[in-house]
Amino acid sequence: MARIHYSEIEGRSGAYLALLAVLGALVLGGLGAAWYMEHNGHYVTGMSNRIVWGMPHVFAIFLIVAASGVLNVASIASVFGRDLYKPLARLSGLLAVTLLAGGLAVLVLDLGRPERLIVAMTHYNFKSIFAWNIFLYTGFYAIVAVYLWTMFERRMNDYSRPAGLVAFVWRLVLTTGTGSIFGFLVAREPYNSALLAPMFIIMSFSFGLAIFVLVLMAACKWTGRALGDVVLNRLRNLLGVFVAAVLYFAAIHHLTNLYIARQHDVERFFLWEGGIYTALFWLGQVLIGGVVPLALLFGTASRRAFAAAAVCVIAGGLAQLYVLIIGGQAYPQMMFPEKEVASSFFDGVVAAYAPSLPEAALGVGGMALALVLTAVALKVLPFLPKSLADGDVGGAAA
Amino acid sequence: MMRIAAGIVAAVLALAGVADAGEKQLGRVAVPAVKIEKGGACVAPTGEMRRNHMKMLLHQRDRTMRQGLREPRFSLKGCVDCHASRETGSVLGKDGFCSSCHEYAAVSIDCFECHSPNPQKRTAARP
Amino acid sequence: MNPDRRQFLGWGAAAVAGAAAVTTLAPGFRLIELAQARSPQEAASKLQRWGLLIDITKCSDCDACVTACHEENGVNSHGRSETDAQWIRKVSLRDKRTGYAQTLPLMCQHCEHPPCVDVCPTGASFKREDGIVLVDKHTCIGCRYCVMACPYGARSFVHETVSGQKADVPRGKGTVEACTLCVHRVDRGETPACVEACNKDGGKAMAFGDLNDRDSAIHKRLRTEPSSQIRADLALNTGVRYQGL
Repeated sequence: MARIHYSEIEGRSGAYLALLAVLGALVLGGLGAAWYMEHNGHYVTGMSNRIVWGMPHVFAIFLIVAASGVLNVASIASVFGRDLYKPLARLSGLLAVTLLAGGLAVLVLDLGRPERLIVAMTHYNFKSIFAWNIFLYTGFYAIVAVYLWTMFERRMNDYSRPAGLVAFVWRLVLTTGTGSIFGFLVAREPYNSALLAPMFIIMSFSFGLAIFVLVLMAACKWTGRALGDVVLNRLRNLLGVFVAAVLYFAAIHHLTNLYIARQHDVERFFLWEGGIYTALFWLGQVLIGGVVPLALLFGTASRRAFAAAAVCVIAGGLAQLYVLIIGGQAYPQMMFPEKEVASSFFDGVVAAYAPSLPEAALGVGGMALALVLTAVALKVLPFLPKSLADGDVGGAAA
Repeated sequence: MMRIAAGIVAAVLALAGVADAGEKQLGRVAVPAVKIEKGGACVAPTGEMRRNHMKMLLHQRDRTMRQGLREPRFSLKGCVDCHASRETGSVLGKDGFCSSCHEYAAVSIDCFECHSPNPQKRTAARP
Repeated sequence: MNPDRRQFLGWGAAAVAGAAAVTTLAPGFRLIELAQARSPQEAASKLQRWGLLIDITKCSDCDACVTACHEENGVNSHGRSETDAQWIRKVSLRDKRTGYAQTLPLMCQHCEHPPCVDVCPTGASFKREDGIVLVDKHTCIGCRYCVMACPYGARSFVHETVSGQKADVPRGKGTVEACTLCVHRVDRGETPACVEACNKDGGKAMAFGDLNDRDSAIHKRLRTEPSSQIRADLALNTGVRYQGL
């Protein structure tokens, strides 16, 4: 197999600088929003004592889940030995690190006391899955850094397989931990399920690959690198499988709940009577996030359709997380079965929530941070292969 | 070259000496003006309090929170009761007992984001 | 075999010394039952478990407990009901089938196995030895995971800067808080403010005491009268028990 040649992007054009400027402005907006929320207190946001995790968490968890999933491409190359994916492995590792950075930045900046991050990193309650996640996230950085090093440093190339294996296992544990944040919540009907951990893993595969494809397409197009159909078709089929799997998990989750009388009210809320949450579930998660991408991916072979499908997957993913995180909190906790409940603390009613500008700015700022870090890194180090044309990549054997 | 360097160093030192002219001088070092409202014996000798009050507070707060140990000697409420300014009724502010030293040393404290900086009359008898 | 007198006296002395040592092993650690409120130099002990017994058949539209709690703990309203902290609230119930209506005060249930303590990443949410569940604001980073985990919605996040705190009750922006069972009063040998107000101005529905003390009024009532926990199915063994639910 021919040696793969990588190079940095030139990064001197006006368009590149404009991209950095736009992303940088969004990052600054996010930082400003974080300062505003921290300085005044969270009452300036749409979050309340019933909905304590809002828009920022939707974005943060999306980015964190996608970060672990985007490493899939590198794993397929290193761990499963598919040579076709090898040229893509460096970009995959880079995106894993930058997406995680973006997600964690949003999460930390939304804390009630973000200046106490040091406390969080030195005081651990190991019964808490959250505490484990702090370890898993920081460990992930270190492991992916080492993994990237084994790919960049020619003398370490032989170690990229074991490094890739460690990274692969680590991120499965990490995503399981992220899903378990919700799965372990015993007292909330929409959560409290062992299914959430594997569902998050399959979501990570789907969201991560969608982001990877969009970044790859943009990077190749804007730097004039060839991107052949062989690579794209592989990625297309892979994304289709993942999207279908996410739909399957959602179906199983709801079908099982529908079988259980105690869960009927929850299901009626999400599937029928939940207003915005029902709309986002059917139109956002199922239609735009599932059915439309499948049609675009398997119906046509055009690149534009592929890119559109990836965008739809991302939009559907955000909708899915909105329904899960915010809808899950909006649904009242069932403390008194068979009773109508009312109180001054909004017990017994569906809690109201409207995203506020600071929250959205912080969430978008996190995404922009991930992208600007990626754009800068591509200029500094050779992450992108010079060519992914059909003749230059590994043969059909992969 | 060496002479120019020596000249610059001398000039900087002279300026530094002048810069501290606004604060109380103890020899050549400026010190903060701390108003100890209630004289007499504190929990420990002044020198020890100055050096170790942070350690005492950090250690004691965990004992109080986690174990419910409320020795009157180490109570933060006790510190505030004694040291709150007679004019402003607070340990913060311009001549506040805590803030005068802490602002001088530029060590920010966030105790009083949660704890009351004012002494309060308590209706129930304290042990 | 016949131990001589010296040996026997030696054993006796050792036994007495051992007993004395064991009963005063460390400050605050006693094997003898605590008969009254601890002194401030004593740590909270597992021998006691503080709890409440609330007879909601005596509860009406009165909210003396809520007013008293918020007054005692300096919990002020800012006119923003969605984000204002509430340490205790009156909940109205109406049976869906029969229409039977009741009200009850709901606060932190001080569980024996608190989900909020399990999920706190820094260990700021913790249970004291005597059963009171508290938030250590020094370590709380304001992540609100405990608010998600609490089955009773007992916790509030402080959404704004706090001023005018009571000296006994530190509260601050960006941390999470909940009913402390008036730990500052309990440690002085008093009862929580809600119980005092209920017995003074309310329906005399609330009782406070040591659940582990067989001679306490609350223990006697729990032994002889029916009572229940909210969400008993979660097996959290709450310290707050209700009658009439």
